[in-house]
Amino acid sequence: MKKKRVYSPNYILGLVITGVMLLLILTGFIHTPYDITKMDSSLKLAAPSLSHPMGCDNFGRDIFSRVLKGMGNTFVIASATVAIGTVCGVMVGAFTGYFGGWLDEVLMRVNDVVFAFPGILLALVFVSIFGTGKYNVIAALGVAFIPSFARIVRGEFIKYREMDYVKSARLAGVPQLRIIFVHILPNTMPVLASSVMIGFNNAVLAEAGMSYLGIGVQPPNASLGSMLSESQTYLFSAPWYAVFPGLMIILMVLGLSLLADRGKR
Amino acid sequence: MAKRGQRFMKVLFAGMLLTLTVALSGCSGDKAAGDSTQIADTSAAGSSGASTVANEETNASPEGTKETGGASETEDGASHITIGIPQDLDSLVPSLSQGAGTQEILFNIYEGLYKPDSEGNLVPAVASGYTMSEDGLVYTFTLRDGILFHNGNPVTVEDVVYSIETCAGLNGGEPVISAFSNIERVEAPDSQTVVITLKESSNPFMAILSTVEAAIVPADVDDLQTNPVGTGPYKFVSRSLQENVVLERFDAYWGEPAHIKDITLKVLADSDAIVMNLEGGAVDLVARVSTAQAAELSSDFEVLEGTMNLVQAMYLNNAVAPFDNEKVRQALCYAVNKQEILDFVSEGKGTLVGSSMFPAFGKYYVEELNDLYPTDIEKAKALLSEAGYADGFSFTMKVPSNYQQHIDTAQVVAEQLKQINVTANIELIEWETWLSDVYQGRDFEATLVGVDASTLTAGAMLSRFRSDAHNNFVNFSNAEYDAAYQEALAAEAVMNDAKATEAYKKCETILARTAANVYIQDMCELVAVRKGYTGYTFYPLYIQDFSKLEVK
Repeated sequence: MKKKRVYSPNYILGLVITGVMLLLILTGFIHTPYDITKMDSSLKLAAPSLSHPMGCDNFGRDIFSRVLKGMGNTFVIASATVAIGTVCGVMVGAFTGYFGGWLDEVLMRVNDVVFAFPGILLALVFVSIFGTGKYNVIAALGVAFIPSFARIVRGEFIKYREMDYVKSARLAGVPQLRIIFVHILPNTMPVLASSVMIGFNNAVLAEAGMSYLGIGVQPPNASLGSMLSESQTYLFSAPWYAVFPGLMIILMVLGLSLLADRGKR
Repeated sequence: MAKRGQRFMKVLFAGMLLTLTVALSGCSGDKAAGDSTQIADTSAAGSSGASTVANEETNASPEGTKETGGASETEDGASHITIGIPQDLDSLVPSLSQGAGTQEILFNIYEGLYKPDSEGNLVPAVASGYTMSEDGLVYTFTLRDGILFHNGNPVTVEDVVYSIETCAGLNGGEPVISAFSNIERVEAPDSQTVVITLKESSNPFMAILSTVEAAIVPADVDDLQTNPVGTGPYKFVSRSLQENVVLERFDAYWGEPAHIKDITLKVLADSDAIVMNLEGGAVDLVARVSTAQAAELSSDFEVLEGTMNLVQAMYLNNAVAPFDNEKVRQALCYAVNKQEILDFVSEGKGTLVGSSMFPAFGKYYVEELNDLYPTDIEKAKALLSEAGYADGFSFTMKVPSNYQQHIDTAQVVAEQLKQINVTANIELIEWETWLSDVYQGRDFEATLVGVDASTLTAGAMLSRFRSDAHNNFVNFSNAEYDAAYQEALAAEAVMNDAKATEAYKKCETILARTAANVYIQDMCELVAVRKGYTGYTFYPLYIQDFSKLEVK
């Protein structure tokens, strides 16, 4: 009685896009065609060509190489952000949802306060206290991402803690922690997985926004967001400068959105 | 199904593109043409000018702004120009104005006893002349004959006394201009003479007296904020907050009258909209466009090139290792190729400088210092190993995040320094953070900004490098320099201009030889003017003079 799995075209498309993106990111970590900070005045704002498939920026740096590196930076920041958000969010959500009571009240009100802050604003406050840079941005965005995960996980735990199998486990004297992490947590996975993917997308966009405000990855290093920011002055004279980093953001987000969509059904 | 999927995909794609564009273009703000990353000598002259003026007047904009190309001139010779300004005026009262961007406009409405001309000389304005006592303590001004305020009343010595006393805080309250706390008293012995007595002699006194803050205002008008009255070539007509300010030629002006009759100053807070406003015909002139913006303009416009009158440099904290070592600083100077920076960042436009002085200063400027450090990587490396940094080192360069040209320059510098194994990590910080941490707190290793002068006195650029100067943010400390600066002051006190100039040049040479900072350039200032208007005049100070504009 094996259930036949049906993959929707959207899901396959999502897999393909994400796969290609990951491959490009991996390439960027290992090797880029050109040094990403190497300037060349003869190539200022050069149009795409065979040797520079995405053209060159205002310093004559190869955009393709910078996009590869930039995707890597964006990916690392987004992944780390989601990791912090998920781990902390699951902890908060699991304990508050399972135990309820005053712990629930206190933590969830704190959660509400953090949630009420727009993520970018929170990150701005964070960065103005601890300074700019990749790791501070990860920490800032990570904190901003905790509440949404906490809420989702808490909701699931409230649902499961009244279920019969949990009640009987409690009666049988199973330790609370074991019930939380072994009995209940795996059941929240489908919901958690899709929110992780959506969270990842939000983190990619948030990082782009942060870099756009000049508080993310510092020049001359690149991220997709900082490249977009730098390119706006040259939107008409060198459109490829903005188009390729923008396209990569869209593809990264699109690929994961399609995957997450499948997970929901 | 597949078709629906496809359509969904298309919509999703378009939607995402749109959201992304909107989200990312929201916060463009003052990235390009912000002039706030310049420090004036006396105060931080950022033109961030958030207007909080309690002005209840919201006049409708006057007789229709001219919409399309070509300079407008009607049959009766009336002419009009619309000028884009980056922010609203922070005050219409000269003594209360803060931003450099406000004062450069008020220059057209108000005048002091003296005022600077386009050469940087001080010329008589409300006064027709002055004499100074031998000890430099008593200044005697003669009032110009028959000079009128915009409201038609003659300027009296009482008005002059009132204005100066207000600025000096002698009418009660704090001195509005801090340097004026040096004023002992202001008197009017007769109806043509004003005598200002100082507590101690001060060389830059006349220069400070000529700033727009020290303008002469009528003593009997107490609502200058809503009804500004001055003696300048243009008079105030109306103002709509955050939108525009309307000026009209003052026909009873004492000096050479202005050419254009009506001026509308339109506030263009979004620097990304400048090109659109120019091309669409909403404005005719914008000062300080970026090279990229200038490149996007059509042939209807002329782009005039001047200089910003500041010294852009990588300022080094001379008290922090390894920059406390002169050889290290010199090595950086040899490694940085200034011309290459100009080529990368501003299409080669700009003027190289070699010390804390820019060409507009004329006699004080020492051009030879530009070539003191020709790019020489080998020599730089040799100097580094002499200093014990044969393997290079790394440092953090703090750069204000609101000025793209400084950020771009920093990137080129960082790339050039790689050749001598020196790693410059760029850290972008907010302008306010820059002011508090770097400028006041001196908590930095290196920073890349432009420093400008509030007056054309050599001291405005050089006094900050005395080892005990309160604004010596680079912690430069050199006994020889202090001595040379004292020598200059002493020479000025006895009015020996040649000797003072010589001493100031010596100061500049010391700054250059000891490589106090990595001096780069006086950045180019590009002014976009619609064809048909002429006469835009560059000043060596932060001034826009509208009276010289004319319709061709």
